[in-house]
Amino acid sequence: MTASTAPPSAPLLAIRGLSKAFLGVQALDGVDFTLRHGEIHALLGENGAGKSTLIKTLTGVYQRDNGTVALEGREIAPRGVEEAQRLHIGTVYQEVNLLPNLSVAENLFLGRQPMRWGLVDRGAMRRRARAVLQPYGLSVDVTAPLGRFSVATQQIIAIARAVDMSAKVLILDEPTASLDAQEVAVLFKVMRTLRSRGIGIVFVTHFLDQVYEVCDSITVLRNGRLVGERRTADLPRLDLVAMMLGRELEAAAHRIDLGPAEVDSRPPLASFKGFGKARSVEPFDLDIRPGEVVALAGLLGSGRTETVRLVFGMDRADRGEATVDGRAVRLKGPRDAVRLGFGFCPEDRKKEGIVGELSVRENIILALQARQGWLKPIPRRRQEEIADRFIRLLDIRTPDAERPIQLLSGGNQQKALLARWLATEPRLLILDEPTRGIDVGAHAEIIRLIERLCADGMALLVVSSELEEIVAYSRRVVVLRDRRHVAELRGGEVSVERIVAAIASETPNVAGSGAEVRQ
Amino acid sequence: MTLSAPGPARNLPQYGALIAVLLANWLLFPDFFAIRLQDGRLFGSLIDVLNRGAPVALLAVGMTMVIATRGVDLSVGAVMAISGAIAATMTGAGWSLPAVLAASLAAGLLCGLWNGVLVAVLRIQPIIATLILMVAGRGIAQLVTEGQIVTFTSPALAFIGSGSFLTVPMPVVLTIVVLAVTALLVRATALGLMIEAVGVNRLSSAGAGVNTPVVLVAVYVWCGLCAAVAGLIVTADIRGADANNAGLWLELDAILAVVVGGTSLLGGRFGLVLSVVGALIIQAMNTGILLSGFKPEFNLIVKAGVLLVVLLLQSPTLTLFLPRPKGARPIGTVKPPVAPTSGGAKP
Ligand SMILES: Nc1ncnc2c1ncn2[C@@H]1O[C@H](COP(=O)(O)OP(=O)(O)OP(=O)(O)O)[C@@H](O)[C@H]1O
Ligand SMILES: [Mg+2]
Repeated sequence: MTASTAPPSAPLLAIRGLSKAFLGVQALDGVDFTLRHGEIHALLGENGAGKSTLIKTLTGVYQRDNGTVALEGREIAPRGVEEAQRLHIGTVYQEVNLLPNLSVAENLFLGRQPMRWGLVDRGAMRRRARAVLQPYGLSVDVTAPLGRFSVATQQIIAIARAVDMSAKVLILDEPTASLDAQEVAVLFKVMRTLRSRGIGIVFVTHFLDQVYEVCDSITVLRNGRLVGERRTADLPRLDLVAMMLGRELEAAAHRIDLGPAEVDSRPPLASFKGFGKARSVEPFDLDIRPGEVVALAGLLGSGRTETVRLVFGMDRADRGEATVDGRAVRLKGPRDAVRLGFGFCPEDRKKEGIVGELSVRENIILALQARQGWLKPIPRRRQEEIADRFIRLLDIRTPDAERPIQLLSGGNQQKALLARWLATEPRLLILDEPTRGIDVGAHAEIIRLIERLCADGMALLVVSSELEEIVAYSRRVVVLRDRRHVAELRGGEVSVERIVAAIASETPNVAGSGAEVRQ
Repeated sequence: MTLSAPGPARNLPQYGALIAVLLANWLLFPDFFAIRLQDGRLFGSLIDVLNRGAPVALLAVGMTMVIATRGVDLSVGAVMAISGAIAATMTGAGWSLPAVLAASLAAGLLCGLWNGVLVAVLRIQPIIATLILMVAGRGIAQLVTEGQIVTFTSPALAFIGSGSFLTVPMPVVLTIVVLAVTALLVRATALGLMIEAVGVNRLSSAGAGVNTPVVLVAVYVWCGLCAAVAGLIVTADIRGADANNAGLWLELDAILAVVVGGTSLLGGRFGLVLSVVGALIIQAMNTGILLSGFKPEFNLIVKAGVLLVVLLLQSPTLTLFLPRPKGARPIGTVKPPVAPTSGGAKP
């Protein structure tokens, strides 16, 4: 760590009048941002407000059009990620962008491998990798390729890497999107330690609870412009939301109150008996009725994601049977599921969700087109109608439907993926961490929309780490532990306490069958 | 990854290069654009470019879609040899033209099916999967011809190579027909979208319900068919089949034509017509060097130079330095935020 040589009065990081335009979009427009020593500073705003762009412009991924950035009083203009790292700015970008084919250790030390006699010292690298990961309670095989691990694990590894490099500034762009409560707590502990050492932390999130838990101050952006900076203590939550949205948030959505008897009397839409896959999830039974919201809760690696992947045929079950409308069905692949009227938003948006280079329109109509088959193309006019309808309905922020989806902000990509499935009018919609990265305003909208669809008979199977969210909209919760369905809570039993209790009711079997062993 | 900026500006390098090469030919050879009608068929250097360029253009049409799925087909030259060998041998043995054509095309289809199954079902990397047939294919062709150079005299088959339809040489007619049918097949259906989707992200496409194996097999089959047509043309033209040399190295010209046409080897967006333009650029250069009387050795070097220029014009790094409308930065120049020193690994 280098000692600071600048006058102590200078803030750690001072951004003034920062501007950045992309074709057709003024993503940043004269934004000021100040980060002080020993401060955790939340950077907030709606989807597409410009948060990620601010971070990428600051760290040299993009070159700025205008403005200045000073680190401890000295102007800097990093021309790339590497240079930013040399300035002791460690960053976790919104999309985990490590290299899946390299090992965990190599990813952690990429570009700064410990050397001995001109060669990479693999032994030292492994040892240091284990040490770097230790505070996070993550004991993974550091020689295994990174791509083998879940999104959450990869995210923790990305965080550990950035923390290890951030002697002055740590920037975290939605790092907690796929983490569960426990991991978030660990991360916050690490952040507080860094803060006490005088390091400044920029923290982007859509979870307002987390903002109030760890952040000292808040800067809000809207449409690429600075709305204002406040001390967290002086800013009530409702005011914060109003600052972000530019309007008041309508009363929170409340849970659908279909009488349990009414739903239970319906014949199940889809029913799984002894469904499972070796080394993935133990066989489980699951009935899903029309209009019902079933949530899967459990720790990371407990088999939630694996369960929904089997249900959608993304992974192939090797035992048990599935019936839809009382008829036995094959679920050999997503195509079978799509034809049965299932839809699935996967956890890893970039790898398994978006088709990056194709336009927003093409991404939205892709599943519908795939179900119709290649011989019946959806006429261009109709495609545009569908795309425009969902862009309006879900408030997807894009200049037009023809923009490649990869240029949209993370939350807006997520909304477009939801649109892809809603366009197919699914009978069973499966969502893995559906509200990841979606801002508070859009979040409420989406929940309202889903409730409407459920009232019309759509069933929803959802994986979420947000227990409050689960409690708010599901009337049945399946709890998983160690890749097994261990409990089911219904109706009145559904509460955060009961879910937590069910998750923890037995000491976890540490020797789980997967690659990830958690403490 | 290059992001396709929509609009005609994107095609400028290709059409510009074609025009430049044609003009260069004209400077070297003032009669270059002269076209005359003789015995009901057009003649002239320009017609020659089209005619000689037809086999590579056909290969490029099939190759475009394979490359759009993020694959490559190295076996097309060998497939040409097989289809030519079958055509010449069967004709020599007295089979009727329809039977000969059907057998040759069926051979191309089977070759494509083989490649497609290796890539789509067995998930072998395309470059390796098609390398197998690239090597084995010439052996198969030699087996068909029993190691001889087989010649034939049937005017019916020869017509495909040297005949003409409404004054246009048959190879050119066939290329136009194949191009039109292909374009119709992919753009009037949803196949084009699915090919591009699979090429950009196979996992996401499969997750959206796209039948990725069928899409992949289809493009390799189509590529095999195009190669078979090209093989027929070459055999018909020389009235014989040389299993060792027919279509030799043409897979490289075809890949080059596609890349010059602007379709990225990383898959995704593709342009069929532009690939044909790419093939014509390559052929116009060949013809030009031949006409100029330079040693053929020059051919390769000049070709490499011109290709370099075309590719540079498409490179996002270079467009950075070209004048552009205010505020409009080429999006393709944005570096993805990859961890440092990725050593060329793709994130
Ligand atoms: N490389 C790019 N090319 C073109 N436009 C871009 C690019 N990156 C971002 N944008 C646009 O800039 C705007 C701001 O995007 P940004 O990613 O900064 O939003 P964000 O605040 O991080 O949103 P989210 O909460 O959804 O992550 C968006 O309208 C987006 O479409
Ligand atoms: Mg963002």
